[in-house]
Amino acid sequence: MNAPVEIHEEGASARRPLLEIRDLAISFKTSGGEVNAVRNAHLTVMPGETVAIVGESGSGKSTTALAAIGLLPSNGRVSGGQILFDGEDISHASEKRMIELRGNSIGMVPQDPMSNLNPVWKIGYQVRETLKANGLPDSADDVAKVLSEAGLPDAARRAKQYPHEFSGGMRQRALIAIGLSCQPRLLIADEPTSALDVTVQRQILDHLDKMTTELGTAVLLITHDLGLAAERADKVVVMYRGQVVEAGPSLELLQNPQHPYTKRLVASAPSLASRRIQAAKELGIESEDLLAPDEDVVVASSMPDEVLQIENLRKVFKLRSGLGRSTDFTAVDDVSFSVKRGTTTAIVGESGSGKSTVAQMVLNLLAPTSGKIIFDGVDTSTLNSKEIFAFRRRVQPIFQDPYGSLDPMYNIFRTIEEPLRTHKIGDKASREKKVRELLDQVALPQSTMQRYPNELSGGQRQRVAIARALALDPEVIICDEAVSALDVLVQAQVLNLLAELQSRLGLTYLFITHDLAVVRQIADHVCVMERGKLVETGSTDDVFDSPQQEYTKALLNAIPGAGLMLPPEVA
Amino acid sequence: MSTYILKRFLQLIPVFLGATLLVYFLVFSLPGDPIVALFGDKPVNEAVAAKLRIQYHLDQPFWMQYLLYLKSIFTFDLGQDFSGRPIAAVLGEVFPVTARLAVMALVFEAVFGIIFGLIAGLRKGKFFDATVLVASLIVIGIPIFVLGFLLQFTIGVQLGWAKPTVSSAATVQDLILPAIVLGLGSFAYVLRLTRTSVIENMSADYVRTATAKGLSRFRVVRVHILRNSLIPVITFLGADLGALMGGAIVTEGIFNVPGVGNRLYRAVLSGEGPTVVSIVTVLVLIYCLSNLLVDLLYAWLDPRIRYDS
Repeated sequence: MNAPVEIHEEGASARRPLLEIRDLAISFKTSGGEVNAVRNAHLTVMPGETVAIVGESGSGKSTTALAAIGLLPSNGRVSGGQILFDGEDISHASEKRMIELRGNSIGMVPQDPMSNLNPVWKIGYQVRETLKANGLPDSADDVAKVLSEAGLPDAARRAKQYPHEFSGGMRQRALIAIGLSCQPRLLIADEPTSALDVTVQRQILDHLDKMTTELGTAVLLITHDLGLAAERADKVVVMYRGQVVEAGPSLELLQNPQHPYTKRLVASAPSLASRRIQAAKELGIESEDLLAPDEDVVVASSMPDEVLQIENLRKVFKLRSGLGRSTDFTAVDDVSFSVKRGTTTAIVGESGSGKSTVAQMVLNLLAPTSGKIIFDGVDTSTLNSKEIFAFRRRVQPIFQDPYGSLDPMYNIFRTIEEPLRTHKIGDKASREKKVRELLDQVALPQSTMQRYPNELSGGQRQRVAIARALALDPEVIICDEAVSALDVLVQAQVLNLLAELQSRLGLTYLFITHDLAVVRQIADHVCVMERGKLVETGSTDDVFDSPQQEYTKALLNAIPGAGLMLPPEVA
Repeated sequence: MSTYILKRFLQLIPVFLGATLLVYFLVFSLPGDPIVALFGDKPVNEAVAAKLRIQYHLDQPFWMQYLLYLKSIFTFDLGQDFSGRPIAAVLGEVFPVTARLAVMALVFEAVFGIIFGLIAGLRKGKFFDATVLVASLIVIGIPIFVLGFLLQFTIGVQLGWAKPTVSSAATVQDLILPAIVLGLGSFAYVLRLTRTSVIENMSADYVRTATAKGLSRFRVVRVHILRNSLIPVITFLGADLGALMGGAIVTEGIFNVPGVGNRLYRAVLSGEGPTVVSIVTVLVLIYCLSNLLVDLLYAWLDPRIRYDS
């Protein structure tokens, strides 16, 4: 990963590519017969070069990369084409040959640091077996060296710990250490940082950059984030539905996308997006390409009263540290802000900043240690159980994980109807009518009612979660990382849907997220939290244009692709 | 960790008291007079019967009987069974036999269950897997007394590969066939549990990462699939040890093993309260201890589990 643009135009013919994928086709055996996951894929990685494959999930980008290291799932096979590694076709190489190549010729850094380290073995052990398997010296010192090179402080001691004693960023460093420990010539990095906070993401990517540059390692970077790809790679390959639709030098491709899919991707990349939705709202128009319906917009912003006031909110958790002893951990420290009706306020911060704790307290799921949450003029801590029931009707959550927050045993109708039944609203017929309306509102077909969550995609499930939240006609919706688990295009759709519902129904959103790019698209006001404290508040424009705090600046700088300007005149 | 173990041992006290009280009460409420039953068909000699009643405290009310029994436990004098032998000696005789049988059954089900389960899991959907799955289902489906008689007849009587019944010495050799019968049901469960667990782990991300590191297939299976897959299996096996000890009644009956099950069955029939309670109490303690062992093993196998805090 080095300076972009200096593409090996002349050198390309002289030097042999390290990895060359020609006409690659990969198919999967499923119950419904063979399914082609990848067709006619082409790509070339020169020694020392960084190439990014970009696409949404299911585009075949990971499948292509896994085929290059011989790790296709057991029901998948290369059904055509060639994978040339340093001139040798490895698309049908024996397992023995692949074991020789893996580790010391082709390394891998996987996507999810939480699940890619074996929880029952110490970190050091997992590094050591890599060295051993590839015939390298594997003493405790060698292990510590590998780990410290990957940026793990205090590596010798850390090597004796188990994965669960590591943070996500630490684990990813350990995985990078493992991936690079045998100095491979090609490193496959499959979404290496998508599970991490932005600031950690930046550190990790910077470090990966530095290491691969020092070692002269070529990198095949798989990512769904075009901004990240453009910033880190020399060349970008765009995949869509199993095919390579466009490829070229990063900046060129970004500034002048040819294929319609690439254009869409560029337009919706959150890290590159300008204030599209916001701008549309200010102008009072809903442009068609934002999925808005044709009906007239009810502007709800004419009620500027403060629906939610948070005053000096504090939450202290008691952490047990041995028998009978405990230490206090202040998760939320003296946080005050207010939310105007019909607006969107975003709370941003890294994991552990206390933003989700605030959300839980606002939802009345967690009692504050001190401070007040005033909803519509009433302190929520004074509510009795009956009033809390009524409060719940007016304040609804949408959670991060659409896979986890829908009951797999309930069909969609029952899922959306449940709050209505719980609150004894209407009879059977009217409830069914309401569910149909809600599905319409979130742009899901009514046939969805009879389906189960596992039959829906992530974006559809999140729409169901939104429909369920809307069922009781709430005034405030708390979105706790509501779009973080979604692909960029789906994310854009869901954000547009939320924006549209807000203008139509006058909803108030409290948006909890770690993703500043999302904040810019949806929020009117931003509250930045760091270690339990509110460090900066202001309108979204102010915070983005002139951040006051160092922490906010760091967060903003960490957005991948933030430094890449896309002047329209260039495009 | 030591605090945790101490706590667990302290928990044994109420379990012990509760179990003895419950079992004692159940035996006490059995219908019929055990002393009268001792005379069989002969006329009851009232003087002898009265003497026996006093000797076994049967003239006392329930609470008194129970307290006297507790006292006898803590003075290490468990009294005598109806044939006049000290109960402690009876326990010392039957428990080693059953323990040998149970451990043999456990080794059988663990070794074969894990090996077969591992192979079936690694070859999911192939011939071996399908065969083993159907076979294990049949084993689970057939009651143990049918399987016991079947194996006793074919292997013991017809083929003569093993002795059909067990001698009074109950040597390891004698116990091979009974141990297989006893372990057969759990063997099928261990196999299926291992298979499922292996299949689940095979698709785990860390297994793919391990392969990507350049490890050999053998090492990936042994270090990354097998150990992780064994966590639920070990839990099952530990709990099963207690079940095997107490659940050997049918098997011991079929093969005439002079073990706990046989003796317990006779004691229940003749209403020998102290004998029944003594045997059951030891079984309860074994059960509790094997569960403690499982919990400790669990922490050893899975470092994420810690009992300190």
